[in-house]
Amino acid sequence: MSETYDVAVVGAGPAGLAAAVTAAEQGLRVVLVDAGRQPGGQFWRHPDESVPSTDESRGQHQWRRFTGLRDRLRALESRGSVTRIAGHQVWFLEPVAGAGAYALHLTPTVASEKTPGVPALVTAVRLVLCPGGYDRQLPIPGWDLPGVMAAGGVQALLKGHRSLAGKRAVVAGTGPFLFPVAAGLAEAGAKVVAVCEAGSPAGWARTPGGAVAVPSKALEAFEYAAVFARHRIPLRTRTVITRISGADRVESVRLGRLDSGGRLTGLARADLEVDLVATGWGFTPSMELVTALGAATRVDVDQSLVAVVDAWQRTDVDRVWVAGEATGVGGALLAVAEGELAGFAVGRDAGRPVPDGGTRRLQRVIRRGRAFARAMHRAHPIPAGWRDWLEPETTLCRCEEVTVGEVCAARDTLGATDARTVKLLARPGMGWCQGRVCGFAAAALAVPPGRDLTAADLAPMSRRTLAAPISLADLAGDDHG
Amino acid sequence: MTAPDLVVIGAGALGAATAYYATRSGLSVEVLERGAIVSGTTSACEGNLLVSDKEAGPELDLSLYSNQLWNGELAEHGDLWEFEAKGGLVVASSPAGATGLTELATRQRAAGIVVEDVPVDRVPEYEPHLTRDISGAAFYPQDCQVQPMLMAAHLLRMAREAGAVVRTGVTVTGFLRDGDRVTGVRTDQGDVPAGHVVNAAGTWAGQIAELAGVEVPVLPRRGFILITEPLPKTVFHKVYAGEYVASTQSSDESLQTSTVIEGSASGTILIGSSRERVGFDRTVSLPALREIAGKALRLYPSLAGVNVMRSYFGFRPYCPDHLPVIGLDPRAPGLAHAAGHEGAGIGLSVGSAKLLIQQITGAEPELDLAPFAPERFALREAA
Ligand SMILES: Cc1cc2nc3c(=O)[nH]c(=O)nc-3n(C[C@H](O)[C@H](O)[C@H](O)COP(=O)(O)OP(=O)(O)OC[C@H]3O[C@@H](n4cnc5c(N)ncnc54)[C@H](O)[C@@H]3O)c2cc1C
Ligand SMILES: Cc1cc2nc3c(=O)[nH]c(=O)nc-3n(C[C@H](O)[C@H](O)[C@H](O)COP(=O)(O)OP(=O)(O)OC[C@H]3O[C@@H](n4cnc5c(N)ncnc54)[C@H](O)[C@@H]3O)c2cc1C
Repeated sequence: MSETYDVAVVGAGPAGLAAAVTAAEQGLRVVLVDAGRQPGGQFWRHPDESVPSTDESRGQHQWRRFTGLRDRLRALESRGSVTRIAGHQVWFLEPVAGAGAYALHLTPTVASEKTPGVPALVTAVRLVLCPGGYDRQLPIPGWDLPGVMAAGGVQALLKGHRSLAGKRAVVAGTGPFLFPVAAGLAEAGAKVVAVCEAGSPAGWARTPGGAVAVPSKALEAFEYAAVFARHRIPLRTRTVITRISGADRVESVRLGRLDSGGRLTGLARADLEVDLVATGWGFTPSMELVTALGAATRVDVDQSLVAVVDAWQRTDVDRVWVAGEATGVGGALLAVAEGELAGFAVGRDAGRPVPDGGTRRLQRVIRRGRAFARAMHRAHPIPAGWRDWLEPETTLCRCEEVTVGEVCAARDTLGATDARTVKLLARPGMGWCQGRVCGFAAAALAVPPGRDLTAADLAPMSRRTLAAPISLADLAGDDHG
Repeated sequence: MTAPDLVVIGAGALGAATAYYATRSGLSVEVLERGAIVSGTTSACEGNLLVSDKEAGPELDLSLYSNQLWNGELAEHGDLWEFEAKGGLVVASSPAGATGLTELATRQRAAGIVVEDVPVDRVPEYEPHLTRDISGAAFYPQDCQVQPMLMAAHLLRMAREAGAVVRTGVTVTGFLRDGDRVTGVRTDQGDVPAGHVVNAAGTWAGQIAELAGVEVPVLPRRGFILITEPLPKTVFHKVYAGEYVASTQSSDESLQTSTVIEGSASGTILIGSSRERVGFDRTVSLPALREIAGKALRLYPSLAGVNVMRSYFGFRPYCPDHLPVIGLDPRAPGLAHAAGHEGAGIGLSVGSAKLLIQQITGAEPELDLAPFAPERFALREAA
């Protein structure tokens, strides 16, 4: 078996990049594994670096933060301090019995892209998990039509491939992450006919401390406001899409108005004609690696299952740290700060001297960022009435084609009382995406309306024995080469 | 509220079937389950209803009896639990294995099982994608399949519709006694008196028995299953490697795997399974997953590039003699057991439950329950 690294970082998004670079600059031997081919994660997804480009930063935010981290990473890579394994997923993570190390079993993200020389297994003494998350989705009648996409998917196409998923778009859901998607679409030439925000602007006003505490955030908001004005994008608050219609693909959406409690009060008279619907309801952190190790979890303000970490990003599992969205959804800059702190924390664990002032500053930034994130989540809750515009025929799980009615029948007729039992009896979350898309909604539908989701409700939809699919041949093969 | 005739501990396959047959006999029933319904081993297994994997003997008789129920009085509900009489193909990969298979078939035929010898060159007619590298095969048309969770949930639903009460989130912590007699249970939510108590606590039935002061040795035997991505139909019957039978009967502690492959209604392929005695250890064992995958590929080399989406595991409830415990317990009058069905509790659930209710209601069981008597272990030790 090859060398055991001082630290393995999973994920090369804002958190993982910062963690890997910081740890390596303290002299630790780092392996950085990421499913993507290029570093940057979700936030800094960008076109193929091997194709020369003069406008790499187009549509990006905090781009210099990224290039700064990337430059440091490249320098560390060329010195051999960081081994970067790109385009590979960790499909199984386990402690190595008696060795005081962790084994990360790897598989190519795209089966056809096997890279010669990439090991199927790496081991490391310490782990920093930065797996990020993905858009949270809620079912809407008609959301299984082609032309309906996750906001993050629309943005990934824009950022990664400079490609536009439609010409007339509506962006809907809740949270400030809808703004960059709408702005990106407009800047790229699409007509954005509306941004529908289920929350109300008063939400932010109620938490004055929040936005002010993170100035760059506030700046970003102004930036989007300018883009919105330039492209005449109407922002409709307390507005949701209650139905998506079309013959073979999206043709129109119906809008509904919400009251301040998030309940439907009425429908718009005319439908909006669109060919692209981008929706997002906040994020769901990727928790399979965290839960595989049995680390403690909790339910965050936004009803996401997240890892419990201490003031140094450390979990309750020996030598395992978590940074970024998996500790609570809070945006890219918070992720960078957490990653950096985790990088120092593993250094400290390995006996490296740690700059006191620097880490205290990071801890302050993180505390403020968390407070900001909490305010953001409170201002952008999932509207209380989201079940009201569902119909029994509405698809809930697109992989297994399970309807809302079937899930409700498992609860009401068959006696399921929790998400796991609903999954066993009606199959939501059993298909290709393993509940990544419908897991939250399925868990929420499984519990009696009005009861808050608990970690026990969310865990069955977040835990996955295999963190990524693996071919039978690769599973059968012994990877201790 | 008057005390129910029957309290059933556990809402798995055995508890559900017991509640169902009890209400069919006019008994009032209360089911107590500490988790959610079907939260035990019933939700961590495959739904094979097999006769092919059993040697002639009491378990095979019980299996045939259950098979008649599945195909007879329960057939009208089959669609509810995805019942499919698809038949099983058992294959041997060595000449010695083929001889073993032929001998087993002879004994099984004598016990009333239908076994069709399949010449090796006709195997592709049954399973076109199966490896040609086999030495013998036999087809068992009586092997069937259900979706176990749906089966148990619907039996519970029908029991509820006939007046049964199913309470989840209630843990049985002890027994109410009147002298030797069991007169109900204690729970974390109060006492529940009852005419009779049925211990259907699966792998935890030994602990329940202990609360009643009797020994019923039910132990966990861990098993992993792999599930692939959905595919166009590739596996048409249940397909097992011949060594499967030996493995179910084995008392070896270390990891063993034997291949069971089947396509599910949703297009995924279920690949089982392993057998290990590691207590209630919940860590995922990569060696077990690897061995299951490797053996499956020997039977279906063409599946090499197919992705495994997930895996899961459960703890089979087994007794040292690999027979279940079914019947009234003379050591604690008022208490009965329906547990310890190891890797066959789904298939055997309905037969076990129907016979037990016959015994409890004073009718003559249609099949002799003596081989399954709960006190048999103590008697053996004494002897
Ligand atoms: C539509 C949209 C708009 C957004 N707008 C903003 C914004 O304006 N401002 C802001 O601050 N934030 C924004 N965000 C959020 C921002 O993208 C995240 O906060 C940030 O990316 C989190 O960083 P991270 O490092 O935690 O995770 P990520 O960037 O998600 O990176 C995680 C990485 O880990 C990899 N990974 C996960 N699991 C595995 C595995 N098993 N094996 C190998 N690799 C794995 C992933 O492939 C990914 O590359 C937006 C996000 C979206 C989707
Ligand atoms: C990998 C694997 C594959 C299998 N494949 C098959 C197959 O193909 N065909 C087949 O027939 N069988 C199969 N089995 C076996 C089958 O799953 C079991 O025999 C069967 O599910 C046992 O059902 P049960 O009702 O006895 O137990 P369970 O389903 O475990 O139910 C017992 C219930 O009792 C509850 N309970 C326990 N203690 C208490 C308490 N103190 N108070 C209240 N409630 C309590 C538990 O929570 C549990 O829900 C397989 C098993 C495994 C592990």
